[in-house]
Amino acid sequence: MFESLSDRLQSTFKRLKGQGKLTENNISDTLREVRRAFLEADVNYKVTREFIERIKVRALGQEVLGSLTPELQIARIIGEELTQLMGEKAEKIRIAPSGPTVVMLAGLQGAGKTTVAAKLALRFRKEGRKPLLVAADVYRPAAIKQLQILGEQTETPVFSMGTEVSPVDIAAASVKEALAHGHNCVIIDTAGRLHVDETLMDELRQIKERVEPTEILLIVDAMTGQDAVNVAENFNTDLEIDGVILTKMDGDARGGAALSIRHVTQKPIKFISVGEKIEAAALEEFHPERMSSRILGEGDFQTLLEKAEDVFSEDQAKELERKLTENKGLDFDDFLTQLEQLKNMGPLDQLMDLMPFKNQLPVQNLTPDESHLRTAKAIIHSMTLEERKNPRLLDRSRKLRISKGSGTTVNQINMLVSQLQMMNRMLNQQAAMAMPQMGRKVGSLPGLKRKASRKPRRRKRRKSR
Amino acid sequence: MLRNLFKGGGKSHDESEGVDERRSWFDRLKSGLTKTRDQFLSQLSGLLRVGRRIDEDLMEEIEEILIQSDVGVDTTLTLMDNVRERVKSEGLSDSSELASVLKSEILNLLGVDVPLQIKDEKPYTILVLGVNGAGKTTTIGKLASRFIADGHRVLVAAGDTFRAAAEDQLSIWCERAGAELIRGGENAEPASVVFDAIHAAKHRDADVLIVDTAGRLHTKKPLMDELSKIGRVMGRAHTGAPHEVLLVVDGTVGQNALMQAKIFNEAVPITGVVVTKLDGTAKGGIVIAVNAEIGAPVKLIGIGEKLDDLRDFAGADFVEALFAEETAGTPESLQV
Repeated sequence: MFESLSDRLQSTFKRLKGQGKLTENNISDTLREVRRAFLEADVNYKVTREFIERIKVRALGQEVLGSLTPELQIARIIGEELTQLMGEKAEKIRIAPSGPTVVMLAGLQGAGKTTVAAKLALRFRKEGRKPLLVAADVYRPAAIKQLQILGEQTETPVFSMGTEVSPVDIAAASVKEALAHGHNCVIIDTAGRLHVDETLMDELRQIKERVEPTEILLIVDAMTGQDAVNVAENFNTDLEIDGVILTKMDGDARGGAALSIRHVTQKPIKFISVGEKIEAAALEEFHPERMSSRILGEGDFQTLLEKAEDVFSEDQAKELERKLTENKGLDFDDFLTQLEQLKNMGPLDQLMDLMPFKNQLPVQNLTPDESHLRTAKAIIHSMTLEERKNPRLLDRSRKLRISKGSGTTVNQINMLVSQLQMMNRMLNQQAAMAMPQMGRKVGSLPGLKRKASRKPRRRKRRKSR
Repeated sequence: MLRNLFKGGGKSHDESEGVDERRSWFDRLKSGLTKTRDQFLSQLSGLLRVGRRIDEDLMEEIEEILIQSDVGVDTTLTLMDNVRERVKSEGLSDSSELASVLKSEILNLLGVDVPLQIKDEKPYTILVLGVNGAGKTTTIGKLASRFIADGHRVLVAAGDTFRAAAEDQLSIWCERAGAELIRGGENAEPASVVFDAIHAAKHRDADVLIVDTAGRLHTKKPLMDELSKIGRVMGRAHTGAPHEVLLVVDGTVGQNALMQAKIFNEAVPITGVVVTKLDGTAKGGIVIAVNAEIGAPVKLIGIGEKLDDLRDFAGADFVEALFAEETAGTPESLQV
């Protein structure tokens, strides 16, 4: 996610290394690079211009940042401005105080509305709500069927009246249906349309009038170019949207839409959608600060922790914490648990994106492959319990046995062993130095600490609900 | 001369068509490209007027407009370098002279038009690729109907066995167009569906086989490998197949399209690009960038939802539409 922008910015900062302080000269070089990085990332032209102007004023305005080197100084300013650009704080979906929460989805053709509708339904269900999906796309061939299949997958009822009824009537009837059958949220999937299509935009306005949605969300393909702001502005003018969901964020999106839309429409990005599979982890809440940290290559430890928190049981977490604090290092049993849990946290490549200092890992450009996970599991399953606890036992003859048992080569086993060692080393390092450093940079360490100590209480509260 | 380049007038490639038809298609492309009065690209014609001198400010303003049209930074800079050179060598000073230079330089990047043509390799196989939501299925529906109108027998292979109801969507399009559909069923192996379809096409003596594939993000390695496999299987089942590999690109997409084209091209060598959804406010500048940087010609563009809104791409028309002023009706250069 945002790799090309992230790489460009970081290499720009690097060039400031070794310079004594920020001067008019090196600032303007840096800003030229930043500007180009932004434009190549499809950030709207006007947004880019204003952004660069603000950075310039701040960098030259001699905000004396004491001990910070020029590259850290500029990185911090840009980080803060990026956060600002994306809207400061995360905003959630509003839930209606009484009656069903009606969420209406709108957007261009092919933005991903139907898929998002299903992911949203799943999310609501996980939160203990009773969603109803509404098939209001009567134009695209088989759109209703698609929603029905996704409804089955997510075990969510789908309300449809075929293709002969007007979407306005379908929407109105669906809310009645929801009231009658105790659904407390309604997700209306509308047909994709161009923002310049008067007739179809009018249809959306009519739906809005009839059902008075709690939330109108615009679905935008994150890969959209300079036109993203036109689309968003038009939909916003016609419908007054409440927020935006960015889709296909895993398609090497440059970040342009993410950085431009909020600024131009003043409407928050509420979720980002990743992956084709309908799963809860595929719809992430949008946190401007975390996103800005990802763009600056500092990863997103908070999201990683939250994802982990969702899949690890309390006991597993405690055990892990104990081992880490006692500096014992992890064994293959832990490794196995982690592998299993990792799968539940979402696709590997997306998790990698969240890793802090990903770019500083010993192996560059590593593309995680899910099949490695299967191999690793097979190897560990072929070990004795003793061996799992104590990897040092693994001599040549044991490795030969394991390789036969798991259908792998000794080489693969060796690699797994060294991976475990590397992970232990990294964990120690992270604990020892990377964390305070990161805390200073993005201010996330205090949050981390609080979070860790708060965790058990939060769990209990959740259960009692 | 423009007339020769002007061959987007519908299904036929015949140049002797009536002016009216051409005019209307031109107008629609133009209105598609310049929906609102303050469009950047019609700004361009406002910039390039008699009396305004060519200077660096003007050059920068043009650059700005090009970038805002998704032409891309690199392509824009290349383009402007060429323009600057010509301004110098031809000794131009008034901005009104710049329009034709810009047009010809863009045309230069676009290269020669390569329309999609069915050759005599029965069945002529067309593989259609693209990211999710680019418009593959719709494009296939329109393509099928176009070939059928030309008197061909068309088979379509439902190679998207992943997305919910993809097969049903395609089957409705096939019904409309009058094409036969070869299904594999949900979660069937796409390569095997395609293999069967080629044999069916041979057996039924079809002229054209169009293969749909599931939308996939170019960042997903296993899915790109799956595409390569489909390509290989096609080649084994039928000599020379796939004869045509079309990458469908959403016209609103940004610089990401270049990466898409590059990676898809690595999986199965692309022979042409289809740019869809050019009837919004997107300027489709990516058309220029894709052509310039990938080398695969844009063959078709989608400018609306109707069956005949899939058109042969004509570089000259495209450039004219970019520069046209909305109020001016048909641009001067077209009033032959």
